[in-house]
Amino acid sequence: MVADFNWAVGGEAGDGIDSTGKIFAQALSRSGRHVFTSKDFASRIRGGYTAYKVRTSVDKVQSVVDELDVLIALTPRTIDENLDELHEGSVIIYDGERTTMQNVEIPEGMVGVDVPLKRLAEEAGGAIMRNVVALGAACAVADFPIENLDSALEKRFGDKGRKLVENNKEAARAGRSYVAEEYDQTFEYELETTDADYVLLNGDEAIGMGAIAAGCRFYAGYPITPATDVMTYLTGRIERFGGHVVQAEDELSAINMALGAARGGARAMTATSGPGIDLMTETFGLIATSETPLVICNVMRSGPSTGMPTKQEQGDLNHMLYGGHGEVPRFVLAPTTVDECFWKTIEAFNLAEQYQLPVYLTADLSMAVTEQTFPPDAFDMDAVEIDRGFLVDESTVDDHRTESGGFTPHEITEDGVSPRALPGTVDGAHMSTGLEHDEQGRRTEDTEMRVEQVDKRNRKVETARRREDWSPREFGDPDADNLVITWGSNEGALAEALDILADDGIRARVLSVPYVFPRPDLTEAIETAENTIVVECNETGQFANLVERDALVRVDRVTKYDGVRFKADELAEEIKATLIQGVEA
Amino acid sequence: MSSEIRFTDFKSDKQPTWCPGCGDFGTMNGMMKALAETGNDPDNTFIVAGIGCSGKIGTYMHSYALHGVHGRALPVGTGVKLARPDIEVMVAGGDGDGYSIGAGHFVHAVRRNVDMTYVVMDNRIYGLTKGQASPTSREDFETSTTPEGPKQPPVNPHALALASGATFIAQSFASDALRHQEIIRKAVEHDGFGFVNVYSPCVTFNDVDTYDYFRDSLVDLAEADHDPTDYDAAKDVILDSDKEYQGVIYQNEASVPYNERHGVEEDMSDIPDGAPGDATDLVREFY
Repeated sequence: MVADFNWAVGGEAGDGIDSTGKIFAQALSRSGRHVFTSKDFASRIRGGYTAYKVRTSVDKVQSVVDELDVLIALTPRTIDENLDELHEGSVIIYDGERTTMQNVEIPEGMVGVDVPLKRLAEEAGGAIMRNVVALGAACAVADFPIENLDSALEKRFGDKGRKLVENNKEAARAGRSYVAEEYDQTFEYELETTDADYVLLNGDEAIGMGAIAAGCRFYAGYPITPATDVMTYLTGRIERFGGHVVQAEDELSAINMALGAARGGARAMTATSGPGIDLMTETFGLIATSETPLVICNVMRSGPSTGMPTKQEQGDLNHMLYGGHGEVPRFVLAPTTVDECFWKTIEAFNLAEQYQLPVYLTADLSMAVTEQTFPPDAFDMDAVEIDRGFLVDESTVDDHRTESGGFTPHEITEDGVSPRALPGTVDGAHMSTGLEHDEQGRRTEDTEMRVEQVDKRNRKVETARRREDWSPREFGDPDADNLVITWGSNEGALAEALDILADDGIRARVLSVPYVFPRPDLTEAIETAENTIVVECNETGQFANLVERDALVRVDRVTKYDGVRFKADELAEEIKATLIQGVEA
Repeated sequence: MSSEIRFTDFKSDKQPTWCPGCGDFGTMNGMMKALAETGNDPDNTFIVAGIGCSGKIGTYMHSYALHGVHGRALPVGTGVKLARPDIEVMVAGGDGDGYSIGAGHFVHAVRRNVDMTYVVMDNRIYGLTKGQASPTSREDFETSTTPEGPKQPPVNPHALALASGATFIAQSFASDALRHQEIIRKAVEHDGFGFVNVYSPCVTFNDVDTYDYFRDSLVDLAEADHDPTDYDAAKDVILDSDKEYQGVIYQNEASVPYNERHGVEEDMSDIPDGAPGDATDLVREFY
């Protein structure tokens, strides 16, 4: 385990919790520390409670843990909600002058730091800066240089005027000085800074940035948690690169607009979550059978129906694989880390055009809203490669016309990939349709042509299996008897769980799979291992089912569907318990 | 090049399977003629078609085309036009496609005012499924699924368009070839969303809204001293349920199409071989 520091701010929705947490995370990142944030606290009571948690270390952090060292509590409930994570010596910063906080009891063994947040904020220029006073107090408690906070405040408020920035800096200093003067004690924390440069971003932002890097120029979407950040990111940025974002009237429209843009020759994308995927499935078969390259991003959340919209789940895998009537070829990519969201988005755009089919790019809520630090070269734009597939121009279009002159966008080819002419290409005019069609895209019910077109479309998948690299990422002990397989955002928690397991003498080989379809054949790894466990956030073990079918074996499952992501320590326990159960059986 | 283009260049080698006498023949001819007349050719034209008898039009015309999902033709056309402002986009569908399953998109396509043409082949019946009531069927129109009539008023598409902020609203009749072509041409030339509802009689399943009915009842706005730039006059025509009209009912000459309002005027299909030049700035924003 890394020597880390866990901090949180909590209160009611509307208390500015998110932006306060983000400022602190930014300050840590700018000080050269690694950061991993989460907003997915288990809420035991329903209501407006919300919290932003930051885990930080000088080493890489990639998971949430059940620990809290410093808590800024804006409401009494914030303390109750986090009792399990607070420990002996944890510091709780609160405003004892706030009506609701006057009678608050600091649990035994913990240190209460009572700071008149509102009063100090008013003195600095306005009560609205209350949370910034608290951040200053946190700097004092954690022995963290306040200049880093200045830098984050500049970033947050810089475009709103000098005065506001200076007021905020003053508010932070008021908080720090108050703690230094009133609490004549040294707290046990010291947040060391380094010279490292980091960028701080979440999965949705990485997907948006990846889309622009990949040459995506058109985005149509309908707001939905937790995919909205992709749209928000692109809005105001994609225009700088000649692109455009449309907020459609619904998801049915969004995907059809993206389809239209793709038929026009643009790299196009839409992003949504489960309920939107349900609607978009209507058009999915059309995209596939008209052989249109399109990237559909599904940021999964807890279902079914409206489910738990702000909670984690990886429950849409079956839908993405099988959704839609008829038999429809598609690819499903599932990045496993925030930085991989960037690269897999680029890959999704390339694969969509190389194989002229819809590509699902799926992230899950945890990864989408988690802010994480990376060295900037994790997003090296010079390494981005674009492959637009089999495009014809005016010099090659004649090679793909019938005797009567018709262009053949669905030409029967050996690898299944047909020539593509973009509108405006002279002599390339053609029809595409959701009806079964001949090589020219004209409706047909001819039995031979039907079979040839179905085979051709499916041949693209076989070609891709052969041509592309679908390898999983491997870590842990390559010779271990225990094999743990996972997909999506569980990778970080699993990587840290390995360290915890190692302390108990348990070794494991881990395969983290970013490709759901086509996917790597894991049969050999499973046969070599004594125990195989598949880790995922759903109830039925949707990925485990695929693995079992591929390898014709039974595997153990560690699943979670309570709406909260796996934490490293919890996951280590689960894996351990599953292994022990296996031995006893 | 445009001078060499003839409307027959927009004809494909597939023979229409529409019933002999179907209004869709005349509707399509007018579309092809208007496209040729406005200097377009098949390689710079994109037709989007819906589902239904009308949806087959993409097969019978020659151009870049997509025959899509029922009711979603307008969003597809929107995407094509925004990605390719250089391409002429025409969307065609029926009254079911446009005013029933696609009604939600119709309202928003009108609001958006993307520079494209929308031709609705309105026969007031579902023909391809062999004669059920459509959203424009009369209240007492008896069909297999509405034996006593729908018992609900028909949709007034022009009113729906006007209420949604339309900049061009027109009505034509498939059988009046010259007027129909002229009205479609005006819609193509309009800077914004050119909406034309075409009376396109179904000779097989609709024995009420027939050629004869329209011939006898149509009032041509060109001969009725109607000023299409007069909003109130347009409103009166649209809300007059006693008569059938043909002509340009409303045109807002100050219309600024979506592409122009949003500065979307570049061909999006042309992208670099790697990440765009300034993409590294995006990474720096996350410091």
